[in-house]
Amino acid sequence: MKVGVITFPGTLDDRDAQRAVRLAGHEPVALWHGEHDLHGVDALVLPGGFSYGDYLRCGAIAALSPIMTEVVDAANRGMPVLGICNGFQMLAEAHLLPGGLVRNETGLFVRRDQRLRVERTDTAWTNRFEAGQEIVIPLKNGEGRFVATPEEVKRLEGEGLVAFRYLGENPNGSIDDIAGLSNAAGNVVGLMPHPEHAVELGFGPTTTRMKAGLDGLEIFKSALEAVTA
Amino acid sequence: MALIVVDVMPKAEILDPQGKAVSRALARLGHEAVGDVRVGKRFELRIDGDVTDALLDQVRTVADEVLANTVIEDVVGVHVVDEAEVGK
Repeated sequence: MKVGVITFPGTLDDRDAQRAVRLAGHEPVALWHGEHDLHGVDALVLPGGFSYGDYLRCGAIAALSPIMTEVVDAANRGMPVLGICNGFQMLAEAHLLPGGLVRNETGLFVRRDQRLRVERTDTAWTNRFEAGQEIVIPLKNGEGRFVATPEEVKRLEGEGLVAFRYLGENPNGSIDDIAGLSNAAGNVVGLMPHPEHAVELGFGPTTTRMKAGLDGLEIFKSALEAVTA
Repeated sequence: MALIVVDVMPKAEILDPQGKAVSRALARLGHEAVGDVRVGKRFELRIDGDVTDALLDQVRTVADEVLANTVIEDVVGVHVVDEAEVGK
């Protein structure tokens, strides 16, 4: 399966995401923001970073990139699309996911190995987890606080669109401890933590053993099952 | 020539950590009369031709769809600054 990883100006984690795709058994395809071509990929990853230096709003200018026309079309056709951190912000800015991401309540950049609870398992990116499963994924951001109107929160909670929730101390003041969201169809998922940093022994988050966390790999493997299912 | 000025503010119900930090700094400096501070954005769009109603409508759309994310922000003003005022 081919998984496209889009690089925007200021993207940082595209190479890590490509590596995660490879370790999950897929073929990564590097895509460029300025093109109108998805090169025949089966799934898409919008990686983390600071596209356009976070100018205007995080992910806002990237969400207006040429390739986003094709990304929105593909997402609406049901292609699996994963947005990580800045990629999640882009999906929110592109209105593929509800709500918005704003500056952390504390005003601080937070970096930690974050415990999460998987809330929804019938999405393209979470189908290898069990509902309620606890996982550990590195978190690193300054603007990861999920906000939405009370009506919108009620709707997305009612429809079960929350994919991941923070466990333990809420790192940024996100409403309802929301760490990740999905669209109704379940093919589009966005999350603030970085699953591509939890795919390889010795380089992942510290779980039972130092830097041994591999929970992120399951997210990238999920996409294959979603496409071949 | 004219400028169209677009003012954008974070929604009132969303905590503005930047404003809070400024407010705390002002309190530290002894400006006790100042309470809450909120920090917004001002966009200045330089217009080469005439500012028509159609153009203003276009700018209002751009303000709502690009300059602001109305999920988290409000466009609180779109107004024209005259040629004579530009640069002052």
